Amino acid sequence: MTTVAVKPATMAQALTRAMRDAMAADPAVHVMGEDVGTLGGVFRVTDGLAAEFGEDRCTDTPLAEAGILGAAVGMAMYGLRPVVEMQFDAFAYPAFEQLVSHVSRMRNRTRGRMPLPITVRVPYGGGIGGVEHHSDSSEAYYMATPGLHVVTPATVADAYGLLRQAIASDDPVVFLEPKRLYWSKDAWNADHPTDVEPIGRAVVRRPGSSATLITYGPSLPVCMEAAEAARAEGWDLEVVDLRSLVPFDDETVCASVRRTGRAVVVHESTGFGGPGGEIAARITERCFHHLEAPVLRVAGFDLPYPPPMLERHHLPGVDRVLDAVARLQWEAEN
Amino acid sequence: MTVMEQRGAYRPSPPPAWQPRMDPAPLLPDAEPYRVLGTDTAAKADPDLLRRLYAQLVRGRRYNTQATALTKQGRLAVYPSSTGQEACEVAAALALEERDWLFPSYRDTLAVVARGVDPVETLTLLRGDWHNGYDPHTHRVAPLSTPLATQLPHAVGLAHAARLKGDDVVALAMVGDGGTSEGDFHEALNFAAVWQAPVVFLVQNNGFAISVPLAKQTAAPSLAHKAVGYGMPGRLVDGNDAAAVHEVLSDAVRHARAGGGPTLVEAVTYRVEAHTNADDATRYREDDEVETWRRHDPVQLLERELTARGLLDEAAIDAVRQDAEAMAADLRERMNQDPRLDPMDLFDHVYAEPTSQLREQRALLRTELAAEQDEQEGDPR
Ligand SMILES: Cc1ncc(C[n+]2csc(CCOP(=O)(O)OP(=O)(O)O)c2C)c(N)n1
Repeated sequence: MTTVAVKPATMAQALTRAMRDAMAADPAVHVMGEDVGTLGGVFRVTDGLAAEFGEDRCTDTPLAEAGILGAAVGMAMYGLRPVVEMQFDAFAYPAFEQLVSHVSRMRNRTRGRMPLPITVRVPYGGGIGGVEHHSDSSEAYYMATPGLHVVTPATVADAYGLLRQAIASDDPVVFLEPKRLYWSKDAWNADHPTDVEPIGRAVVRRPGSSATLITYGPSLPVCMEAAEAARAEGWDLEVVDLRSLVPFDDETVCASVRRTGRAVVVHESTGFGGPGGEIAARITERCFHHLEAPVLRVAGFDLPYPPPMLERHHLPGVDRVLDAVARLQWEAEN
Repeated sequence: MTVMEQRGAYRPSPPPAWQPRMDPAPLLPDAEPYRVLGTDTAAKADPDLLRRLYAQLVRGRRYNTQATALTKQGRLAVYPSSTGQEACEVAAALALEERDWLFPSYRDTLAVVARGVDPVETLTLLRGDWHNGYDPHTHRVAPLSTPLATQLPHAVGLAHAARLKGDDVVALAMVGDGGTSEGDFHEALNFAAVWQAPVVFLVQNNGFAISVPLAKQTAAPSLAHKAVGYGMPGRLVDGNDAAAVHEVLSDAVRHARAGGGPTLVEAVTYRVEAHTNADDATRYREDDEVETWRRHDPVQLLERELTARGLLDEAAIDAVRQDAEAMAADLRERMNQDPRLDPMDLFDHVYAEPTSQLREQRALLRTELAAEQDEQEGDPR
């Protein structure tokens, strides 16, 4: 077996490496999806896996998402650990039936006798100039389905570590890959530790004392930048990277908000009915007496995802985050 | 003594008589793709029609090269070229009457243009200024569908509705070979057959779904064979033979209009270019294969037929090329102008009546845009 000497530099490479290492470690791990074999996936995230492990272990399937995930259910029932790729966020919708009706509840239906160790990889989110149906943030749908883990890395190290954990998990994991971070190299976490915090734990990426920015996936770099910019205004912002939306790390989030007394949730999926509402409610329930201002949300507008030429107006950027932070101050003083 | 022996010899009662609901033989596709050009049948084809097909083919080819050039200039975000598949595209549009409807996939911009939609409006989706540039009602063309096969049930529903209303409207729905694997393909065909809806399904089998060859997509003898299981005829046609595709589609449209129900047509063709300009086709196919297909080029095939039969001379070819050139020049010029965008449009069409939340968000964006403008104009505020 060949070993890759270089450490993964981009998130895409880290994900490839995670699947490769998982496949090498456990013959039960099978990768499948549209174009994942010869082509290596449209984002090249499965590049080289078919060549190294053969087409039975990295399989180009017919073009049918319900079929892919449904077949994965059967494979998992027979002891395999399928890792399936949905080519783009909005093309996972045909597989929703399988995800919601079977994948999420097989363990529960069978009183624990039939767990489904399936990882569903979904490139998601906007900001790459994709045409219609290539930029959806569907995390709220997944979060609303009990029985699924929902995970999303924002750093190269987490891309590797979280994917290894997801594949090793005996429960189904929806693994959301922020596609606009595929090729970014995160300087502030360059040494790629592979033993990252477990699924279910949030991480403080930047300590601060004035307010907490709670975010994940594609919005983490936005929040880090906003925190830097806010220093000029005398704000010392803490940034919490959730990493895992289900399970949700109340402990880390609440510890931070109790310390700072103010919180803004930032994500690019829609605000109404979006993940931020759940997060804000949890914080309010647990930290009410520590709050000096209402928990605010900075989210995408409540629209079908805009065409590429207009997406910059939809995506929450640094300015919108800073405006919210300013509002926190206002709310606090009045 | 066993129970069996006690009762005497076991004699199963005869099963109820079973008969197939219909004779599948007439539904089966021919073993070979149907061809017109270069055969004796060609002589029977209407010369005017062939010339019209030719003019549209040349325009289509020119459109493809122009749109590809626009991707290189950054004017289009992406373009899935249909070079090599022009015959299917053009025949699809020309087989329909004005009152009929077309349900295209994302690669079918040529069919949409040949149906009369303004080329610039057709490219809006791919340029990225809006998801759909044209009014579907004007030319009876549904929006180009990106999620594969999902528009097929729509075509069935529309055709069914038209029939319920007593209109003799036919819907033509286009899908790729890869798209036939989706559940929606199955559901659409089944509905169409059960309802006897006036729909024609056109599968452009161009060999690949991005990188996946047909052999990994289906084990069926041909995609046209799939029709039989639903109870509709399947037709196999050479997708690079414009006259043949037009004839087969026109027959299917006529059959549907007359109340005969749906047909599945598989046009065997080839995707000469990569999946899109963003794709690297060398990863999954050999140049030899592409070359073989380039020699079976739809434009050349028709041009040769027409010239051999004296239906087209140099002057006529020139005129057609000039017309295509003019179309390309116009397209180039209009596409090189920045589209006028109003970000406030984002909020205007989400609902017939915007929600109060959207009105709030609209106001926020308006403030942001005003601030941006002030900044650009150097407002001291
Ligand atoms: C439901 C769905 N899944 C995946 C995709 C991503 N995708 C876009 S084009 C394509 C291949 C389509 O192949 P085919 O149907 O043969 O049409 P062609 O591109 O060859 O015209 C894929 C997988 C999609 N658009 N929709």
